[in-house]
Amino acid sequence: MNCTEFLANLTDYFDTKTAAALRSELERHMAGCSHCHVTLNTTRQTIEIYRNDELYELPESIRTQLQQAVLAKCAAMKKKKEPCA
Amino acid sequence: MASSKNVRPPRTMATTLTPDENALHPDLLLIEKVKAGDLSAFEQLMRQYDRQIFRIALHITQNREDAEDIVQDTFLKVFQKLDQFQGNSKFYTWLVRIAVNESLMRLRKRRSQKTVSMDEEIQTEEGPIPRDFADWMPNPEQNYNQSELADILRRAIQGLPPGFRTVFALRDIDGLSTEETAQALGLSVPAVKSRLLRARLQLRERLSRYFRVPTGVQPQ
Repeated sequence: MNCTEFLANLTDYFDTKTAAALRSELERHMAGCSHCHVTLNTTRQTIEIYRNDELYELPESIRTQLQQAVLAKCAAMKKKKEPCA
Repeated sequence: MASSKNVRPPRTMATTLTPDENALHPDLLLIEKVKAGDLSAFEQLMRQYDRQIFRIALHITQNREDAEDIVQDTFLKVFQKLDQFQGNSKFYTWLVRIAVNESLMRLRKRRSQKTVSMDEEIQTEEGPIPRDFADWMPNPEQNYNQSELADILRRAIQGLPPGFRTVFALRDIDGLSTEETAQALGLSVPAVKSRLLRARLQLRERLSRYFRVPTGVQPQ
């Protein structure tokens, strides 16, 4: 396996479903290639940093406002759909 | 600084359900109640997923006001179209697809002339080949305070084309499987994999400017 093939399979490496044979081939390449080793480790860190950081959180007060607005509109739509008594 | 309290728990929804499990999925029970006229069941669905929809919308539009509007519009559309949901796909995947479409519509409006689509050919100067091979400092995010780190992460992801950052947000941040991401975006699985690889590598290159071990210093 060369570096281009390693990169092409990098996405699959992070997927736990990747076949054991491919994983060991990727790991064998990495053991002898410091560039690919660094690329894999820092890509893994990139994913973890984004996953762990609450970058875009919805503040509770706005969340409540949005929910109330949506539910009020849904109630109005529901009322419109109901047949007249 | 990122701390353990910030670690988001995984989505409670299972990613692969057998037909039997799917029949018992709590979302489907709630949907049946909504169809029968129970608004409190809809409120439960909204409380369960509104944060994720906000995050996805903000990742695509990069505009907080737009993302708030998209949360509203998405759930209203879901309420209106709930009869069309057949349960062939998971409810969350269906919901995300609606949110992504709403988000792309907002982007198109903002850019007026320019088409924004998940299918458009994405051309960027940065190819999939890594250029920076410097190792990173141990726990590099701890060298920045919370607002500095948020700024670095935001600027890095803002520089990606919408099609890349959407795939990254769904797959790596929201935790959808590759297949669910493809379904939610109307893309093929190979297209998702290709964009995900490019998104990850481009983000890695951008973060490397901040997190790499300074020249002349040995990593611990």
